[in-house]
Amino acid sequence: MLRYAVRRLATPALARNASTLLLVEHDGVAVNAATLNTVTAAGKIGGPVHALVAGDSCAAVAEEAAKIPGIEKVIVAEGSALKGNLAEAVTDAVLAVQAANSYSHILANGTVSGKNILPRVGAKLDVAPISDIIGIESEDTFHRTIYAGNAIQTVQSSDAVKLVTVRGTSFDAAPAEGGSAATEAFDIGGVANDKSEFLESKLSKSDRPELASAGIVISGGRGLKNGENFEMLYNLADKMGAAVGASRAAVDAGYVPSDLQVGQTGKMVAPDLYIAVGISGAIQHLAGMKDSKTIVAINKDPEAPIFQVSDYGLVDDLFKAVPEMITSLD
Amino acid sequence: MASLRVLVGCKRVIDYAVKIRVRPDALGVVTDGVKHSMNPFDENAIEEAVRMKQKKVVKEIVVVSCGPTQSQETIRTALAMGADRGIHVEVPKGTEENLQPLAIAKIFAKLVEKEKPDVVILGKQAIDDDSNQTTQLLAGLLEWPQGTMASVVEHSDGKLKITREIDGGLEDISVNLPAVISADLRLNEPRYATLPNIMKAKKKKIEKMSPEDLGVDVTPRLKVLKVVDPPVRAAGDKVPDVATLMSKLKERGHI
Repeated sequence: MLRYAVRRLATPALARNASTLLLVEHDGVAVNAATLNTVTAAGKIGGPVHALVAGDSCAAVAEEAAKIPGIEKVIVAEGSALKGNLAEAVTDAVLAVQAANSYSHILANGTVSGKNILPRVGAKLDVAPISDIIGIESEDTFHRTIYAGNAIQTVQSSDAVKLVTVRGTSFDAAPAEGGSAATEAFDIGGVANDKSEFLESKLSKSDRPELASAGIVISGGRGLKNGENFEMLYNLADKMGAAVGASRAAVDAGYVPSDLQVGQTGKMVAPDLYIAVGISGAIQHLAGMKDSKTIVAINKDPEAPIFQVSDYGLVDDLFKAVPEMITSLD
Repeated sequence: MASLRVLVGCKRVIDYAVKIRVRPDALGVVTDGVKHSMNPFDENAIEEAVRMKQKKVVKEIVVVSCGPTQSQETIRTALAMGADRGIHVEVPKGTEENLQPLAIAKIFAKLVEKEKPDVVILGKQAIDDDSNQTTQLLAGLLEWPQGTMASVVEHSDGKLKITREIDGGLEDISVNLPAVISADLRLNEPRYATLPNIMKAKKKKIEKMSPEDLGVDVTPRLKVLKVVDPPVRAAGDKVPDVATLMSKLKERGHI
């Protein structure tokens, strides 16, 4: 009897009763790359993972999600009320699925989309959401950053359901193929939304790799002086197969659109190589890129804070250095 | 003209330029003697309300802050920027770090019941906690529509047209009033309070109350077990020229 009790205690309570509802992020056509990282996080919690595809056009996305290893079932909640991924409607769909299946964990990407929706779900479930986790210690204990990444906090939730958004750069991406989950339709006939309306989206179109998941990122700051000069960085990026990002200063000044912003309140990136061009290295920018494997900084000010985190620092005029880099790759 | 009433939230946080230090007890960050200011996103929230008032879309701006006695300074700044009156939901000094987004949202939900605003504007996230939740939580509690990460807000006919900064670019949505919005940094450029306005603000009323007065239990739901420094990233080398840089990158297998 005693030996059995000891063995039970020695087995971690992790995952014994855990089950995760994972909100798939998508645009009606494909699964968002960050969802693959969240699948990995769900795997670390343990227990079955059910992926929820909610929207007004889900078939292609559901098919793609079903191929991700680690997902046991894909739940499809399709309806016109879910057009535009509006939080008011998607929340109700999540709540309906949660009410039916009582998951212990609900996960979403730590993207604008996930952060927009999950806390609203939290309000209805009376649960404190946990934003942007970078690590999982156990099914109720998570790591996250505070103060623009200058401190790491370990928090424990005692809520019956854990609502968590996941920082993609902190978890490996699950493979996109190899799984074969069952797909199940979920009737969200009751979900309606007369409070908000999706009007239109103005998405940046690019053939370049997506910023949040690119292996190489080249970012420009105020030192670029104007939007036309970013052309140089786009050329270098094309030679290197890189994505282009920017500091908040460059976006505020109108050099590039807002979705290029890397930083505390923009995108978090952790590529193999991050090249910061004409970026001084404010705390808020570092928050978004200091987990990159190799950091290169090019700035004409030798005292720029960016040099405190760069692996390789080049003190030079970027208008001379960047063209030289492009030429060397020809 | 429209006569909307706006409730705006603001939080007193460690100033964004300060280099924070983890406390020796590893349960938080050193705040004593450290410069504090209004959360930058909240400045955008207040500025937006003031601009709407200048356009005669809004007739009254009530600013709310939850925190210790010093939060009154933050409210005074908002009043100096143009808010009409303030509400200070006070908690004992030292306990403000236990105020978490869900509790704040519940406080605001009670204040909405009391004040009946048409719009609530909050900052997108507090730069200390970095949660980006309170607006969404409040909207959920009230079952109001939400417009988060707002970079443009236009009012017409009982609706707000909002441009949101999303991961892939921008999107436009329309929300029916009443609604909750979170202000992003590019929503506007906040004004500095002028000295005459700071003096005028001293005469504006600040109502004081406690969470208990509102019937809200602010016991934290998330227990902070530990706060530590992140892994240190040491500075590397300076390279003398592009050629050296490129050869280093080649060595590392990047090119």
